[in-house]
Amino acid sequence: MFAYYLTLAIRSFRRNLGITSLMVVTIAFGVAASMTTYAVFRAVSGDPIPWKSSRLFVPQVDTRGPGEKKVPGEPPTALDYRTASDLLRDRRATAQTAMYKISPAVSSSSEGSHPANVDGHAVGGDFFAMFDVPFQYGSGWGADGDARHAQVAVISAHLNDKLFRGANSVGQDISIDSRSYRIVGVMRPWNPQPRFYDVVNTGGFSTASEDVFLPFATAIDAGVMTTSNTECDKNPEKPGIAGLAGSNCAWISYMAQLDDAAAVDGYRQYLQGYAAQLRASGATAWEPNIRLRDLPQWLDARHVVPPDTGVSLLVAFGLLIVCLVNTAGLLLAKFQRRGGEIGVRRAIGASRQAIYAQFLIESSLVGIAGGVTGVLLTMGGIACVHALLPLEIASLAHFDAPLLLGTIVLAVISSMAAGAYPTFRATLVQPTLQLKST
Amino acid sequence: MMHPMISALSRHKAGVVLIVLQVAITLAIVCNAVFIIGTRMERVARPTGVDEAPLFVVTQQWSGVDTGKPDAVATLDAMQREDLSAIRQLPDVESVSPINSLPLLNSAAWNGGLGLKPAQNEPTVQASYYFTDESALSTLGVSLASGRAFSSDEVGHIAMGDAASPASVIVSKAIADRLFPNGDALGKPVYLDGANGPSMIVGVIPMLQTPGTNEYSSGFAYNSILVPSRINATFSRYAVRAKPGRLDAALRSVPEALYRVNGGRVIADDGVQAFKDVRAQAYRADLGMATLMGGVSFILLGVTATGVFALTSFWVDQRRRQIGIRRALGASRRDILYYFQIENLLIVAAGALLGLALAIGLNATLIMHYEMARLPFTYVLLALIAVVALSQLSALLPARRASGVDPAIAIRDA
Repeated sequence: MFAYYLTLAIRSFRRNLGITSLMVVTIAFGVAASMTTYAVFRAVSGDPIPWKSSRLFVPQVDTRGPGEKKVPGEPPTALDYRTASDLLRDRRATAQTAMYKISPAVSSSSEGSHPANVDGHAVGGDFFAMFDVPFQYGSGWGADGDARHAQVAVISAHLNDKLFRGANSVGQDISIDSRSYRIVGVMRPWNPQPRFYDVVNTGGFSTASEDVFLPFATAIDAGVMTTSNTECDKNPEKPGIAGLAGSNCAWISYMAQLDDAAAVDGYRQYLQGYAAQLRASGATAWEPNIRLRDLPQWLDARHVVPPDTGVSLLVAFGLLIVCLVNTAGLLLAKFQRRGGEIGVRRAIGASRQAIYAQFLIESSLVGIAGGVTGVLLTMGGIACVHALLPLEIASLAHFDAPLLLGTIVLAVISSMAAGAYPTFRATLVQPTLQLKST
Repeated sequence: MMHPMISALSRHKAGVVLIVLQVAITLAIVCNAVFIIGTRMERVARPTGVDEAPLFVVTQQWSGVDTGKPDAVATLDAMQREDLSAIRQLPDVESVSPINSLPLLNSAAWNGGLGLKPAQNEPTVQASYYFTDESALSTLGVSLASGRAFSSDEVGHIAMGDAASPASVIVSKAIADRLFPNGDALGKPVYLDGANGPSMIVGVIPMLQTPGTNEYSSGFAYNSILVPSRINATFSRYAVRAKPGRLDAALRSVPEALYRVNGGRVIADDGVQAFKDVRAQAYRADLGMATLMGGVSFILLGVTATGVFALTSFWVDQRRRQIGIRRALGASRRDILYYFQIENLLIVAAGALLGLALAIGLNATLIMHYEMARLPFTYVLLALIAVVALSQLSALLPARRASGVDPAIAIRDA
């Protein structure tokens, strides 16, 4: 029976080639616009570390006070040096790291190569285990490396390829801002998007690779300057990193790992106590104002997902609905025109169910054709996105198997939804009435 | 009694409802999309106040400078002056200035606050600082509204991150008007970032945009001041104005000259940027969004137009006999044409009414979740006219076919 309905459908398409291609193209456009914007949305709204994000927390302490703030009531998005040092010293979380963005000049000391600027972060030893950073060779430095202010570095696979042609460089020396550091680890390619550990300074998404990681304390000692945003009320008294460390400017990102609800409560109380103590000691002159958000909440609060992607998705979804309504109208016209055919089929014994099956198959066939065309259009759409949108976002949107499948499924579901009412109307055709009037 | 046109429409409710819905959603989306395009294009069209065409920016970093030494700042400043004089001597270069950032560059913006009193806690006005030298105005192609440019002996130098306390500053008109509404800013003191010492306003420039284009910086988009000071750090940035027609040559010769001065420096791949590229990068998201919205609107209108065309054609076909009868009874071709056009107008008007409500609803959603502005009525009106005109046009072809129906069909086909 299925094969017969298929033949009937194809025959009907041939008869109304114009209207059929119109439906196919309409469905294809609607589905392609939705899937293209969805590909972008999916790329930017994903959880960068889904297995752990609910256990990673960003503490904020208001050390600058009310006054002119970017967001009223919100503590600064980063910590000042004193607060970061105190939190690190107290080690109240399972794991914690202070971080600041650096862009030093790097060369391999062995070759005396031309120095080049690379991006990276000064981080704590916990960083690598906390964020499950994959290593190709060696590992991070432990708590011991932090304590000793070790002259060590972890580099990316990308930098290792450039400086050491991909060989195991653990134990080799590397020159960073004219000082020598021993390489203890080479990471595998690791490019989490958004850059969840420092969304404040990367704006969330970044095309720049992160090539070098130094111990936080060592970098401060060496005066490796930060390229983080520095939120200051007044300028530091001394230049350089020493001046920043002595100021109440907010420039240090901080994350803590808290494994259960009790730990989260404990940490929140600890922060509250810390802020109260600042108040009591006269270091601050306002009520304690702290925040402790887990990673998803933090990304949300920082508006990491660009609003444009949400707007585009919404608008594209609207377009899909219009295409659906349009297809429904066309199918209605097409099916109603075939009252005679339906009447004959019903008169010679076809049941209502049979008519349902026939017309639903015809609609879904339109959907499949629309889906296949839609796949091509989605590919074109993603190419347009790459050409149009900012690279750090566009480069994340790509066409893959789930998107392909999604496109076709969406097309078939849409066309069947569009065909539902016209099909229902077709089944209402009274055999006798139709036969009489023709 | 119901008008025959309405009673005819009520015979195919489903089709009518579908077109009404389609027109409504199309209108709602198109007017919001066009509004988005409008706001984005308005942003992109904002002038920076600088003469952009011959301008480019070079960012470089020296390596091997020991910043721990006490004379590091003096060394870095000597290196910077050496760079500047090397660039200035090039035949392709009209003018060069050290500068921390440029309008639209979104990098190394230095934002601060200006006050009218010494040690003022809350600044009177927020501003972006450009640290530069006496040639800044000619490099940027900015003319003075009043006052004078910096003289070379006014230009000092400070280490990166140090407080700025210049004796003189040049401010944009936006700042001058804000601080001194009477238009007498020239010669008045301002206090930078709660400083104790004054900085005299020696010049006012008509317009200069700030480096940031994000939402936060847009709050003070034209509050710029020029500070006569080079910044000394291990990196430096130079704004260069090429001689007329020599931009491409200068884009090549400047980095070459810098490498000749000091081969150990780093100029990254994007270290040399023509201003036109700075602009393109700053507005890429806006232009991309505008194009996307334009594309979606185009498809929407196309789909709706074909939909109206197809359904009207179907109705015409269905009613060939009735049309024939009307024609036989004396209705003119024009009557038939008008009939279908007016029928279309009725349906679209219903759709437009519903669309109006949907448009406002969609706008409210966008305001709530995506920080959009309120949709001005002109955009709604514009989209309304476009949708009505388009559907009238789409109905025209089938309506004309209807008017061509032979009256004889009424008797022949019975």
